[in-house]
Amino acid sequence: MAIRRQVLKGALGLSLAAALGSAAFAQDAAKVGLILPMTGPFASTGKQIDAAVKLFLAQNGAVFGGKKIEIILKDDTGNADTTRRLAQELVVNDKVAVLAGFGLTPLALAAAQVATQAKVPEVVMAAATATITEASPYIVRTSFTLPQASEPMADWALKNNIKKVFTVVTDYGPGIDAETSFANKFKAGGGTVESVRVPLRNPDFAPFLQRASEAKPDALFVFVPSGIGAQFMKQFVERGLDKAGVKLIGPGDVVDDDILESIGDVAIGAITTHHYSVAHDSAANKAFVTAFKAANGGMRPNFMAVAGYDGMRVIAEALKKTNGNTDGDALVAAMKGLSLESPRGPILIDPDTRDIVQNIYVRKTEKKDGELFNVEFAIIPMVKDPVKAAKKQ
Amino acid sequence: MSHLQDRVRASLQASRRWHIAEIVFWLIALGSFWAFPRHLLLMNEIAILALFALSLDLILGFAGIVSLGHAAFLGLGAYAAGLLAKNGMGDPVLGLVFAMVVSGFAGLLSSPLIVKGNDLTRLMVTLGVVLILHEIANSWASLTGGADGLQGITINPVLGLFAFDLFGKTAYLYSLSVLFVLFLVARRMMNSPFGLSLRAIRDNQLRAAASGVPPSQRLALAYTIAAAYAGAAGALLAQTSQFVSLDVLDFHRSADVMLVLIIGGPGYLYGGMIGAVVFKFLQDTIAAFTPQYWMFWIGLFLVLFVLRGRSLIHGGVKLFMTRLPWLSGRGRS
Amino acid sequence: MLTILFDGIAYGMVLFVLACGLSVTMGLMNFVNLAHGAFAMLGGYITVLLMQKLGVPFLLTLPLAFIGAALIGVILERILYRPMYGKSHLDQVMFTIGIVFMAVAGADYLMGSSQQIIKLPSWLQGRFDIGGVGVGRYRLFVLVVCGVLAFSLQWGFTKTRFGSRLRASVDDARVARGLGIPVNRLFALTFALGSGLAGLGGALGIELMGLDPSFPLKFMIYFLVVVTVGGTSTITGPFFAAMLLGVADVAGKYFVPEIGAFIIYVLMVVLLIVRPDGLFAKGRA
Repeated sequence: MAIRRQVLKGALGLSLAAALGSAAFAQDAAKVGLILPMTGPFASTGKQIDAAVKLFLAQNGAVFGGKKIEIILKDDTGNADTTRRLAQELVVNDKVAVLAGFGLTPLALAAAQVATQAKVPEVVMAAATATITEASPYIVRTSFTLPQASEPMADWALKNNIKKVFTVVTDYGPGIDAETSFANKFKAGGGTVESVRVPLRNPDFAPFLQRASEAKPDALFVFVPSGIGAQFMKQFVERGLDKAGVKLIGPGDVVDDDILESIGDVAIGAITTHHYSVAHDSAANKAFVTAFKAANGGMRPNFMAVAGYDGMRVIAEALKKTNGNTDGDALVAAMKGLSLESPRGPILIDPDTRDIVQNIYVRKTEKKDGELFNVEFAIIPMVKDPVKAAKKQ
Repeated sequence: MSHLQDRVRASLQASRRWHIAEIVFWLIALGSFWAFPRHLLLMNEIAILALFALSLDLILGFAGIVSLGHAAFLGLGAYAAGLLAKNGMGDPVLGLVFAMVVSGFAGLLSSPLIVKGNDLTRLMVTLGVVLILHEIANSWASLTGGADGLQGITINPVLGLFAFDLFGKTAYLYSLSVLFVLFLVARRMMNSPFGLSLRAIRDNQLRAAASGVPPSQRLALAYTIAAAYAGAAGALLAQTSQFVSLDVLDFHRSADVMLVLIIGGPGYLYGGMIGAVVFKFLQDTIAAFTPQYWMFWIGLFLVLFVLRGRSLIHGGVKLFMTRLPWLSGRGRS
Repeated sequence: MLTILFDGIAYGMVLFVLACGLSVTMGLMNFVNLAHGAFAMLGGYITVLLMQKLGVPFLLTLPLAFIGAALIGVILERILYRPMYGKSHLDQVMFTIGIVFMAVAGADYLMGSSQQIIKLPSWLQGRFDIGGVGVGRYRLFVLVVCGVLAFSLQWGFTKTRFGSRLRASVDDARVARGLGIPVNRLFALTFALGSGLAGLGGALGIELMGLDPSFPLKFMIYFLVVVTVGGTSTITGPFFAAMLLGVADVAGKYFVPEIGAFIIYVLMVVLLIVRPDGLFAKGRA
């Protein structure tokens, strides 16, 4: 009997302490569950975003609207089932106010249902398939959508006397998004398009590029996830496509700033459209790049990093606006319509779609002071995601 | 002759009797529901993995068929249950049965491939089949959602009463119940003349054939049943996460489940379940302090295990089972 | 069209060099070694490191990749593999999967998870035309290197004393041992040679197949296809199997890109059903 009483006492004490503890926390902490692929083939995405999130908090302090932001970092290894479980555990056990991160489309979609059910905002910092924000009313995106980056490419190509384009994209959500949005726009403008899709797993592009070279296009439109961009560029040159006068165009993933140096000179001359280049000419960006490099041993920030940085900022601004109220609906409402000056230029969270509206830049890969950069030479201001814009009409 | 029959019958009946350790095991599994309310999601995954490993045990442990592609049936079941729910029939039990039928049928269809041939051919063929399925699921995006995964699955409450919640309460109890029921069936089957004949084939196919057991028929049947079990695990996975991704057909699923079964030890039905607990526990703890490199530690564990540790662990388990039955359920917590 | 054939053959050649060691070791010790790709990856990383950190020219790194992988191979064979020979296939599979997992995570830890890129010397870059057929210089180089290797292996296997002892051991290890052939040492040597060749193949393949920590997993299936289709008792079997696989894979992706990825798997399963002992296997009881 004595033992039981003691156990009871202990249990009571524990639960009391827990209750007090969580109450104390609730007053001054807002937990953010950051789910990223820190291992596996997409680890570089995770590392960039994680570094950017840390940088933001180091620069701006962690207290916003009276709440101290606490980051709980979880590795989902790029596996959607794990993402889903981690999201659920973060919501149920850690009582996070916001879920953030999400390196790939399937991962973002896997957590969508949790966000809806738990009424917790899901800030997507990387995944770029257009439809993601429709999966839950609690999803807010700070990265970009592939149609957003690909359609301006079609306009540029049409204006620059490119009539025939061969597209090579990786066969999964974002790749198909890039291909269809580009092809539709380009065909509507009078161009002709031929397409192949490369399986996600096989990095030997030879047969696909052989087809491309036999089609003798004016330009080759390419989307591959950033890691295998280098492989593609080398084989592009090996096939002699550059010498045959075929321009390389596409959204900026293939000449990702993070790996541009290792791709080497073969990247020079590629024309890409994207929302961020490390060479973007603004004071805000220079400060961002310098701080990021200093904090990460000289690693360049890429478009993933800037999305992570802005994502944290969106969360921080929302907390300020709600005065520290961590209710999911209030936070999402506060995020809608947020307008910020980011290192990439002005950005806006579209109040209707919760997707990002931003400038798309046309860039050319060049060598400057012995380093390779994507140098911006034209701006298409404040582009909305064209897929959702078209649905509305 | 009848004397022999009697002895066989007696021994089968003896093995059908419940050992006290088994009862303790299941009580602990049920008790964990109240004991670890924060880990229901993880426990749900354990229950599903345990069912998947149980299914592999049926062919590997009892029939001696090695497979590197058991995830094929897990994936089929998951997609079958997911698609059924997506198209408006969200009853979980219906989905479960449907998944088992689909996977079982696929198992039956592919059984001629594995009935013949040696270990190496079996490994290759099973691996090839799962790779083909993975590719089909990836390419047939209009049906499966491709690499984005199958979206928009809504699952009705179990038996119309218990809705799936965020805490995983329903999920765990549902998965555990399915595991238990299917385990009972498997237990009865393996302690029947059918189970005996499988073991005879495993130990010596020629001798089994000579004593009147038709090996290919029995193996095909075992393979079909195991496939249906794997399909059930897939259905549980799809229903409790309300999501199916290409990952269910990935190579590592097949490798993991094999690992799970080997940890627990094949051939006595509990191996897969004990293995699932150990595996998930290891994965969770290792991943907690070195999230990046848990694969390394699991690899090291495997290597050491095969080199040295197996006899130690299994010897220990057997000792528990025979001498200290009331302790042997401990593995579950 | 001929370009595709050429590309396919070059691809198949690399596959052959990668996998031939596996086929011999599998035949010799009846040992299922899924970790073969780890040695290939090792060779690849040796080349990458030497080129990036020390500026060693590409050609010189190739023999070093061979030696490095062979050395590690022989050491592992001594310490780890030898106790496994007597165990069941299942144990061997688990054991080698464990090695693969360790290799993958270890490479990730040491080298990072990104694709590795090397800069080829300029005389290996680009392509030239022979009678209207575009030929990549690097692919031609690979073709020549691997072709020479294949011939010398075939010669060594059939004509030398080492080769005949090896063949005798593959046919029946117990009898060979009885005849005084040092089967264990022979096997260690063969294992080293096979690992070395894998390392060399990995180094040659960086340009064609890429190199990242998941290499051993990604290409495991390719190696196994070569071995199972080619059989384990000859050099020519795996050679033709690798050619077939290379050409089928490349041509499939070229002509029917929609289903290109299926082709090798379907090919494999069909071949295994029709000829469960390998396409080129001699009829052994």
